[in-house]
Amino acid sequence: MNTPATTSTGTRATRVLGAAALVCLAWLVAFALFLSPEDEVQGDAVRIMYVHVPSAWLAYLAFFVTAIGSAAYLWKRTRSLTWDRIAGASAEIGVLFTGLALVTGSLWGRITWGYFWTWDARLTSTALMFLLYVGYLAFRRTEPNPEVRAKRAAWLGVFSVVVVPIVHNSVNWWRTLHQEPTLLRRDPEIDGIMLFSLFVGVVAFTLVYAWLLLHRQRLLVLEDASAAHGLEDAIAERNAEGALPADGTAVAR
Amino acid sequence: MLRSAALVAGKDLRVELRSRVTTNQVLPFALLVLLLFAFALDPDRGTLRSATAGLLWVAVLLSLVLGVQRSAGLEAADGARDALRLSGLDPAGVFLGKAGALAAQLLVLEAVLGIGVVVLYDADPRASGVALFVVTCLVTTVGLAATGTLYGALAAGLESRDTLLPLLLLPVVAPVLIGATRATEAALGTGGAATSEGWPWVGLLGVFALAYTALGLVAHGSLMEEA
Repeated sequence: MNTPATTSTGTRATRVLGAAALVCLAWLVAFALFLSPEDEVQGDAVRIMYVHVPSAWLAYLAFFVTAIGSAAYLWKRTRSLTWDRIAGASAEIGVLFTGLALVTGSLWGRITWGYFWTWDARLTSTALMFLLYVGYLAFRRTEPNPEVRAKRAAWLGVFSVVVVPIVHNSVNWWRTLHQEPTLLRRDPEIDGIMLFSLFVGVVAFTLVYAWLLLHRQRLLVLEDASAAHGLEDAIAERNAEGALPADGTAVAR
Repeated sequence: MLRSAALVAGKDLRVELRSRVTTNQVLPFALLVLLLFAFALDPDRGTLRSATAGLLWVAVLLSLVLGVQRSAGLEAADGARDALRLSGLDPAGVFLGKAGALAAQLLVLEAVLGIGVVVLYDADPRASGVALFVVTCLVTTVGLAATGTLYGALAAGLESRDTLLPLLLLPVVAPVLIGATRATEAALGTGGAATSEGWPWVGLLGVFALAYTALGLVAHGSLMEEA
C-alpha cells in the first residue's frame, strides 16, 4: 500500500519524446555516415565530429541544468526534492556524455594527430570537469537520507559550477603561456551539409538528453520511495504470508 | 563574527599544540613525499631542480588533504559538531576560524617544505623572488584553507569521507596548483623565467581565494546544520 501508484517511468509525453529522439538519431546516422561528404584533409575521421560535438554540447547543457537544479533547491521558495533529483539525474547524463566526448575526441586525435591525448587546454579542462562531476556523483551516493543528501549535494553543485570557469581559464592560460598550439588550426569553410549534419546531431542528442533526464528523474523518485518503504513493505508481506508471525503463534499451532 | 573566528581558531590550534598530529604526522608525511619524488625522478639529471616548484605544491596539496581530514575530524569526535552548533557562535565566524587554524598549519608546512626543497632539490632562491614567493604562499594558503574547510564540512559525517574528500577536493584546487607552480617558478627563475611573470598568477590565486572564502562564509552555516 505504500508503493507508489505507478511503477513505470513512461508517460505519453516521454513516449512521444523517445520516438522523436529515435527518428532524429536515425536521421543523424543517415547524414553523418552516408549523406555528408568526407573531409578533404581528415577523410572519414571527420564523421566522429557528428558524435563528438553534440556530446560536448550535452555535457555543458547537463552541468548547467545541474547548477540550476542545485540553486533552485537551495532557494527556500523553490526547495523541493524534484530539483535535487533533476540536478542528480542531469549530472549523471553529463558525466556520461563528457566521457563520450573525451573518448571520441581521443579516437579522432589518434587518427588525425597520431596520439590519443595532448595537453591541449580544452582537453585538459574537460578532463578536470569530468572528474569534478564524477566526484559529485560519488558524493550523492554516500548519504542515504534524501533531505541531507539533497542539501549538501546542492551546495556541491553550486561550488562545482563556480570552479568550472576558474579551471577553464587557468588551464587555458597555462597552456597558452607555455606552449604554442602544436597544430595550426585550419579554418576551412565548413561544408553546408556537414554543418547541417552537425545540427541534426545536436538536436538528436538534446532530445535523448531530455528523454533520459525525465526517466532518470522518475526512477529516482521510485528509488527513494523504495528505500523509504521497502523494508516495511517486505516485513508486511512476510507477515501476511504467515511465515513470520509477530507473536509466534504459528509455532504453537 | 571575528570574535567567533578567533575562538574557534584558538581552539583548533590549542588541540593541535596538545595532540601534535600535524607536527608529528602531516609534516613528516610531506617530507616523505619530497623523498618519493626524488626516487621517481632521477636526482642527478636536474629534473628535480627544474620541477621543484610543481613538486613543492603537489606535496602541499597532498598534505592539505590530511590536514582537512584532521580539521574536520576534530568536529566529528565526541559530538563536538553539535556542541559547536549549540555554542551560538556565528557560523561564518566558525568557518573563518577553522580556515584560519588550517591556514596557520599550512604556512608552517610550506615553510618547512620550502627549506626542504632548497636542501634536497638544490633549489636556488634568488633575492628578487623572495617577495613574490612569500605573497604566493600567503594567497595560496588562504585559497587552500578556505576550500579545504568548505569541502571538509561537506564531507563531514559521511561514512566514506576519507576516500571521498581527495576526489572532491583535488580537482577543485587544480587551478591553485597551476597558479602557485607558475608563480613559484617565476620566483625561483626556473627556465629563465622573470620575476614579473609571476604576479599575474598571484592574481589568479587571489581570485580563487576570494571566491572560495565568499562561498565558505555563505555556505558553511547551512552545511553545519545537518550532520
